[in-house]
Amino acid sequence: MSAPLQHRTGMPYSASPARVVVVGAGPAGMQAAWAAASSGTKVTLIDANPSPGGQIWRGEQSVSSAGARLIEKIRRSNIRFLPGCQVVDAPQPGTLLCSVNGEPEWISYDSLVIATGARERFLPFPGWTLPNVYGAGGLQAMARGGLDLRGKRVVVCGSGPLLLSAAAALRAHGAEIPLIAEQAPFAHLLRFAWAFRHLPARVLDAIGLGKRLFGAGYRSGCYPVRAQGVDRVQSVTLRNSTQEWSVRCDYLACSFGLAPNLELPLLLGCRIDAGFAAVNEWQETSVPGVYCAGEVTGIGGADQALAEGEIAGLAASHAKTAPELRERATPRFQERERCRRFASAMAVCFALRPELRSIAMPETIVCRCEDIRMDQIAGHKSWREAQLQTRLGAGHCQGRVCGAAVGFLLGWPAEPITPPLFRVTENFMACAGAAAGVTPDPASNPSKQ
Amino acid sequence: MKELFEIRVNSKALLVDSQTTVAVAVVRAGVLSFRRSASGECRGPLCGVGICAECRATIDGVPDLYTCQHWCRPGMVVETEKCPCGKGA
Repeated sequence: MSAPLQHRTGMPYSASPARVVVVGAGPAGMQAAWAAASSGTKVTLIDANPSPGGQIWRGEQSVSSAGARLIEKIRRSNIRFLPGCQVVDAPQPGTLLCSVNGEPEWISYDSLVIATGARERFLPFPGWTLPNVYGAGGLQAMARGGLDLRGKRVVVCGSGPLLLSAAAALRAHGAEIPLIAEQAPFAHLLRFAWAFRHLPARVLDAIGLGKRLFGAGYRSGCYPVRAQGVDRVQSVTLRNSTQEWSVRCDYLACSFGLAPNLELPLLLGCRIDAGFAAVNEWQETSVPGVYCAGEVTGIGGADQALAEGEIAGLAASHAKTAPELRERATPRFQERERCRRFASAMAVCFALRPELRSIAMPETIVCRCEDIRMDQIAGHKSWREAQLQTRLGAGHCQGRVCGAAVGFLLGWPAEPITPPLFRVTENFMACAGAAAGVTPDPASNPSKQ
Repeated sequence: MKELFEIRVNSKALLVDSQTTVAVAVVRAGVLSFRRSASGECRGPLCGVGICAECRATIDGVPDLYTCQHWCRPGMVVETEKCPCGKGA
């Protein structure tokens, strides 16, 4: 089993030396890679997907010009870009074990920039497991992948600026959007718009005040309570402060804000503060030489990710005391500060209302991989305890969906994580295990077919 | 005009292009339910970006691949799980 591995990589730990390794090729990661490389540093940029851009810029026909320019700059640079690459483990300091299209590969670094971004948060409610219930960004990704939505009725619900951008994209793909249901109260949106009234109108449009764009379709202060259908979703029931009503639909696209992808920072032992990776002014985490940039440090959007990425990339490739480094980073510090103010106001505006904790019924499935119900986990005190007792989060997605849900529903914080971060084949384990000390998790072996 | 080629989803032939993900091809083949859950529910994709694992299926004999993360290639053979609703395999 180990023969092909030795053949491929020679000595595992010196296989792919690079001074700076950047994980995640979205705005933060690409900017970090670019900043480090333009300082003359050898950079490897890895991403799980087949192409760069992150969830925001990948595959969309009309990529923003800033995104397209950055992707092009990376393509033309001497940065080593490694697509289809998932981090599986960190077997020793300075080394990542990755799965590159299913094959093990070790990548060593002096400094690491983690720019793994965020994923949509889903909240369980009766019917959310029906086919054709998607994430808002998820359905958008399916449409990019060729799903034909022409003439389909898509109800978009949940919270945050993503709802409007997803709805606009779905419309562009031919969907009819009878309703965009934003759970935040109208008063929050107004207060937010007033606080940032000096910003260009397009900014306010993009974060939820584009009501005129969608006519009567955009409603604030309401949220889904259940989805109905026989073999697929056929209607969704919504609730506001005064009533409940149902809307017929072919698809339901829902997302309740974004949750950071903290698996790698957790694995490396980085300190987590209030649900995000804690960083200093140079974006360095509590682990020296490990930096975080972008949504993994706080949900702030592409501009914040670019500023943080540049700072992290500069710091990761320099001695921090160099005065010229501070000079170069100063404009980015200011940009980051401006973005963070905007982001924290946005977090207040789109804060999830407590009523959303009770849309999951006792019999509602929370963990879709293992079919663990709300009533099975509600009595436990922590994620770890519930996992041991019920297999919550022990399935294929390894808690990536239900972890963000119960974080909100029950207030359980993220816990230390055990490798592998990504489910790999037994053959991969056999190849990589001996050298890297990875052992398959017996609790997560696939048992059902 | 994009070049079309044939793939098979649960023995059904369909024409797709290389800009189509396998998950979308499965939906186009009329399959609503990609897999049967632990308690027997019919499930389709949720996240569309390789996180939720609901879209997993067997591609060219390799089981449990996330179909939303794979592009269609000529001659591909995709198999989903049998489902009680009859809208699956």
